[in-house]
Amino acid sequence: MIDIQGVSKVYGQTTALHSIDLTIPASQTTVLIGQSGCGKSTILRLIIGLVQADSGSVYFEGTRVTPEVVISLRRKMGYVIQEGGLFPHLTAYDNVALMARYLGWSDERIKERLDELAELTHFPSEGLERFPVQLSGGQQQRVSLMRALMLDPDVLLLDEPLGALDPMIRADLQVDLKRIFQALGKTVILVTHDIAEACFFGDIITLLRDGRVLQKGTLDEFIQSPADAFVTRFINAQRSPLDVMGKDSR
Amino acid sequence: MKTYLIIIIHLFVCNIFIAIFLPHAVYSSTPEIKIGSKKFTESVILGEIVTHLVKSTGEQPIHLRELGGTRVLWNALIRGEIDIYPEYTGTISEEILAGEGVHSKEDIRQALIKYGIMMTKALGFNNTYAIGMKEEVAERLKIQKISDLRQHPGLKFGFGNEFMARGDGWPILRKNYNLPQQDVRGLDHDLAYRGLEKGTIHAIDIYSTDAKIQYYELRILEDDLGHFPAYNSVILYRSDLEKRAPHVVTVLKKLEGKISESEMINMNSSASLEMVPEGQIASDFLSGSLSLETESYEETVAGRLLRHTGEHLFLVAISLSASIIVSIPLGILSAKMPGLGQVILGTVGIIQTIPSLALLVFMIPLLGIGGPPAITALFLYSLLPIVRNTYTGFQDIRPQIRESAEALGLPPGARLRLVELPMVSRSILAGIKTSAVINVGTATLGALIGAGGYGQLILTGIRLDNISLILQGAVPAAILALIAQVCFEAMERFFVPKGLRLKPAS
Repeated sequence: MIDIQGVSKVYGQTTALHSIDLTIPASQTTVLIGQSGCGKSTILRLIIGLVQADSGSVYFEGTRVTPEVVISLRRKMGYVIQEGGLFPHLTAYDNVALMARYLGWSDERIKERLDELAELTHFPSEGLERFPVQLSGGQQQRVSLMRALMLDPDVLLLDEPLGALDPMIRADLQVDLKRIFQALGKTVILVTHDIAEACFFGDIITLLRDGRVLQKGTLDEFIQSPADAFVTRFINAQRSPLDVMGKDSR
Repeated sequence: MKTYLIIIIHLFVCNIFIAIFLPHAVYSSTPEIKIGSKKFTESVILGEIVTHLVKSTGEQPIHLRELGGTRVLWNALIRGEIDIYPEYTGTISEEILAGEGVHSKEDIRQALIKYGIMMTKALGFNNTYAIGMKEEVAERLKIQKISDLRQHPGLKFGFGNEFMARGDGWPILRKNYNLPQQDVRGLDHDLAYRGLEKGTIHAIDIYSTDAKIQYYELRILEDDLGHFPAYNSVILYRSDLEKRAPHVVTVLKKLEGKISESEMINMNSSASLEMVPEGQIASDFLSGSLSLETESYEETVAGRLLRHTGEHLFLVAISLSASIIVSIPLGILSAKMPGLGQVILGTVGIIQTIPSLALLVFMIPLLGIGGPPAITALFLYSLLPIVRNTYTGFQDIRPQIRESAEALGLPPGARLRLVELPMVSRSILAGIKTSAVINVGTATLGALIGAGGYGQLILTGIRLDNISLILQGAVPAAILALIAQVCFEAMERFFVPKGLRLKPAS
């Protein structure tokens, strides 16, 4: 689905990625995890073409991501960031509909799609006429998700989508998100620094450190055969991930 | 983009409206006889006399009053922006043709022909330059003659700016009389009288027919070394007038030898001391001396206010909307291309530092006098606030917003139109608001180069020392600035998207 081959990225003095190779399988949820500055967000930004690789290539469905083709490729991707990504001058409805309108969808088709998405994301329909400042953080992220899903993309890229939310709202939205991923069966790449969240969502977890892939696999593999001592430290540093595993109905 | 287009369309409609209904024909191009006058009372009265005379021939005269100093009038005459203006022989030989060594009337006449300019014979009076002091001060210091000034090196002089520079002006006067004074400043001639009255300056240059000599109780110092040449009053006109309107030239010649020194002093004092309108004075003179009955066309206060409002709005509307159209794209360009942006921001910044008066004067050689140079100067002044605010608005867009628009797959043009411009609309509007207020204020200076507007009333008020007249110009200008501010504030409702005007939910 997505192939990252020998990609390096340097920002000024800091090297964000050291010649990374990574394959993202279709129809699964891949979680990129690591400490801040490990390069996990940079991978998402490379895939959607917000930054260009210094060396190496990113392939999306077999097409190399280059500035020439990136605009059409982006329409097959949905991108959700932590917070503040909604356009403040547009209502929730207009935020979601913006791209479809630009592409010339009819009003009926847009309305139909929005109703579908509001139902899917459990977003109250009366909230659609509100502006972002009038919505709570959780509602804003539901709108962001609807906007990302509007064109029915092949892949969904989420950069710490729940990072700015209160724990209760966060828990609710986690459950909803997982249900949505399962219902849609899309390729999902989710970035987080929270190991509990990673196990909750991830079919495959990729742990990054200092711009390199440290280990790739399931949580069991991380516990049973850690690639090095850091992996164990990283997992143990966060409180009771195993409890979350236990409650998971999978 | 929609916002931007609406603003532009709106302003265009305003302009067309103002331009069509502009109640004054200064800017029209129909063939008329244009008469100029300098910014002192005697010149304005002579201009009015000529205007009445030209009107009596059936031509359509326009009197561009108080256009400025000698250089402005002379250049306007050469360029054909005016056809006629009153001048003095001394000014022609010592200032306009300084260095060409012309002295006799015949020399002057020959020299003027090279420029395509004709001169009438002397009108009668000699309005020479002189040095004046308060009678009581002169008496106390026992000063009768200019050479007596040598004994008092501590005296302060305030001279008109023209006098500071002309061929018979201060530098040569100082040399001829060997004067020791150091504290000599150039200032507006009308303000010099007030400095004299307050005692901040002790001697000024005056015109010998000036009505204020009596009013301020001045002593004219005797020119004991014969420094000042004769300043015989004459009328200059373009030679093409002889073909274009020969009857106008004929009536101009009727004035030759008809105005005596005492008559001119009387007319000057009627205007500056009794506040009789110059048009009325001119009309009375013509019926008395030439038995020519002319209708006086004095404007009512309301009519005058309306005319000046029209002129002022014309200057502001054209220059401001041109500035809006140019500076929003410049601001966008500055934000999108940092290198070019520094050049653009630097350039509009430098333009803003040029003093407005200097900028207006720079425009004269390029665009002449009247509306076009004033509009160009105002246009240039209005650029910086809009360019800078547009630029800053773009800088202030949060990176998350910028990247979200990009990540959606919108091409650059659509991002600008659908996301970025609406987000900076408030900032742009704030810039336009600032520009509008600066523009309305600066437009009052347009009167200095014949563009009319409220500044005309202020200029006339300063010339006649008439506070009421100054206020008639200054108060409407202030009100207009306020109205502009309120209008643009009201426009926020239409141009700034609702989502940006809401307070965040608690």
